[in-house]
Amino acid sequence: MYKIVKAEKLADIIYLMDVHAPRVASHCEPGQFVIVKMDDKGERVPLTICDYDREAGTITIVFQAMGASTTRMAELKEGDSFRDFVGPLGCPSEFVHEDIEELKKKKMLFVAGGVGAAPVYPQVKWLHEHGIEADVIVGSKTKDLLILEKELESVSGNLYITTDDGSYGRSGMVTTVIEDLVKNEGKHYDVCVAIGPMIMMKFVCLLTKKLELPTIVSMNPIMVDGTGMCGACRLQVGDEVKFACVDGPEFDGHLVDFDQAMTRSRMYKTEEGRKALKLQEGDTHHGGCGVCGGDN
Amino acid sequence: MADVLKQVPVREQDPEVRAKNFEEVCLGYNQEEAMDEATRCLECKNAKCIAGCPVAINIPDFIREVKKGNIEEAYKVISRSSALPSVCGRVCPQESQCEERCIRGIKGEPVSIGKLERFVGDYALEHDIKPEGAKEKKNHKVAVIGSGPAGITCAGDLAKMGYDVTVFEALHELGGVLVYGIPEFRLPKHKVVAKEIGKVKELGVKFETNVVIGKSVTIDQLIEEEGFEAIFIGSGAGLPMFMGIPGENANGVFSANEYLTRSNLMKAFDSSYDTPLAAGKKVAVVGGGNVAMDAARTALRLGAEVHIVYRRSEEELPARVEEVHHAKEEGIIFNLLTNPKEILVDENGSVKGMRVVKMELGEPDASGRRRPIEIPDSEYEIEVDTVIMSLGTSPNPLIASTTKGLDINRRKCIIAEEENGQTSKAAVFAGGDAVTGAATVILAMGAGKAGAKGIDEYLSNK
Repeated sequence: MYKIVKAEKLADIIYLMDVHAPRVASHCEPGQFVIVKMDDKGERVPLTICDYDREAGTITIVFQAMGASTTRMAELKEGDSFRDFVGPLGCPSEFVHEDIEELKKKKMLFVAGGVGAAPVYPQVKWLHEHGIEADVIVGSKTKDLLILEKELESVSGNLYITTDDGSYGRSGMVTTVIEDLVKNEGKHYDVCVAIGPMIMMKFVCLLTKKLELPTIVSMNPIMVDGTGMCGACRLQVGDEVKFACVDGPEFDGHLVDFDQAMTRSRMYKTEEGRKALKLQEGDTHHGGCGVCGGDN
Repeated sequence: MADVLKQVPVREQDPEVRAKNFEEVCLGYNQEEAMDEATRCLECKNAKCIAGCPVAINIPDFIREVKKGNIEEAYKVISRSSALPSVCGRVCPQESQCEERCIRGIKGEPVSIGKLERFVGDYALEHDIKPEGAKEKKNHKVAVIGSGPAGITCAGDLAKMGYDVTVFEALHELGGVLVYGIPEFRLPKHKVVAKEIGKVKELGVKFETNVVIGKSVTIDQLIEEEGFEAIFIGSGAGLPMFMGIPGENANGVFSANEYLTRSNLMKAFDSSYDTPLAAGKKVAVVGGGNVAMDAARTALRLGAEVHIVYRRSEEELPARVEEVHHAKEEGIIFNLLTNPKEILVDENGSVKGMRVVKMELGEPDASGRRRPIEIPDSEYEIEVDTVIMSLGTSPNPLIASTTKGLDINRRKCIIAEEENGQTSKAAVFAGGDAVTGAATVILAMGAGKAGAKGIDEYLSNK
């Protein structure tokens, strides 16, 4: 069992937890992920690592209560435990293995969308601890859904916040901010790292391709085991098929087939929605959603 | 007394009933039936069956005890050689091992050794008969990577010799392919797998789940930082192969591993579990091995019409005869001498069909089987909404790529001596599918035994 030492609601349906998992905490690097399973009947849920404390042996995870398992996970409190917590999985971000002096010569731009702020944070923090200040753009639908602002503020070079509805910071999509920075505000970047919803990563990549700005994305497809065994997470990257769990999760964003990846990620949308609805409505669920036909 | 040339028939669930449930197909012998069948054994002095068993169970000895009704004694005979009799009695290909060599089989049907082993194993589980543990402890720590058939066997044997053994498992359940690969209706998970592993626990073996060797900790760290003096790698062959044909990334195309893992390990067939499985209404399973049969019969139980699509003929099907027989009885349709060319995809990115080509058999190839050749202009389309690729698996490169000095061959299999499991790296041994590529449960168990012997020799001479 893996004990939850801190549980916090960050925003509507967005939760943060610190979990005691010493093996993961002693070996993880920025860019990697974990799989958690809350109990016997829960799904194996892949989550990127938001932070880690090697001494305390804890890992910070951030998740959105969207599916059947994550909705139940949201109810866990400090002192409760996850049945299973495995990792670190996937490969660390490429810069972890690069020469620090070379890295210092590069100007990096991080672009986070929604809960994508969680996996961006440990990368920017790692760079900050190695004397490299990276610029960060965080996009959020609205002010209330913005997460980790203070944490990012303390490790970023320039932090640009934008909201879709203009309720906080700049107004508009992250792509607008990238364009403004590069075209109108005279910024130059050598590498962009974009993490967020697939649709956001797709449009960031379309733009950065035009700007000739190399871009790394972190893919979050459907997974089961997370160790290369099932192939559910396969993606078309250039002319190769890659498994996000073992070959990624980070890839060259200009080579990823986002349309296929988005189609694949919709595979269980109705199944999941049906289970989540059943959970919410309990015994009163008799097919009112019009999708599932009740319990048939 | 019935005809001595014939086996005592084993009770099975009716095909029409079982095609709709996940309960076990074969119900096994009761004691009376087992004792009856045991009388058919001729107790050959030079028993050929023993040589046919990869773990060399003393078969005539245990059958003699069954004959006398001493089932506990029979279990002790088997447990000297095997830690998993209830598993092997169910999933071993006995027809090409022990039973193939049975003298009874020359004139009539061989003794049903597998069913007798299963009966003895189940009796021991039901009556909680424990295997004999070590007389004295040895002060050496050994790590076993993987809790599948190779790892469990190696761990059990080492514990019986008195070693301090810890098994590391990447998944959240113990058993490896026994829990993620082989379906409930062939091998019950709670009643059989968990209980047999429980017996290995009673021998003093420690288990740690959720540890991915190469990620959570490396082999070198286990040796240098955690004080393990020898390592056995039994990590299996987990990576699925795909065909590389157009449309393979469409929604509705699964590897057999994914389909089976969702159903077996994650229990997607039971709606009280959170993990979903889009089971499909009309399913094509590509391949002809035991895994293909398992995937096909799982899809059938989830309500689909199921076709096996295989490029050679029935004679070349690599699956066990019993599995093919059961699949046919349950209503699986066999499209033999047929090979997929393309998966057809609808406007939503989902599978709508498969374009296939008819095949004929030519001259034998390197495997000794006749090579399938496409028949020109014989392509046609079949309508399916789900395709399950069951084309085999290869070892996960994760351990080899993170362990200094561990050599692999070009098929990514770890190189290890057959007789003792020794790898290119000192103190590191390996066996099972990680070494051979995908094979059977019992061969992996044989390799686990050899590894335990190799580790004992290594640590005794250290």
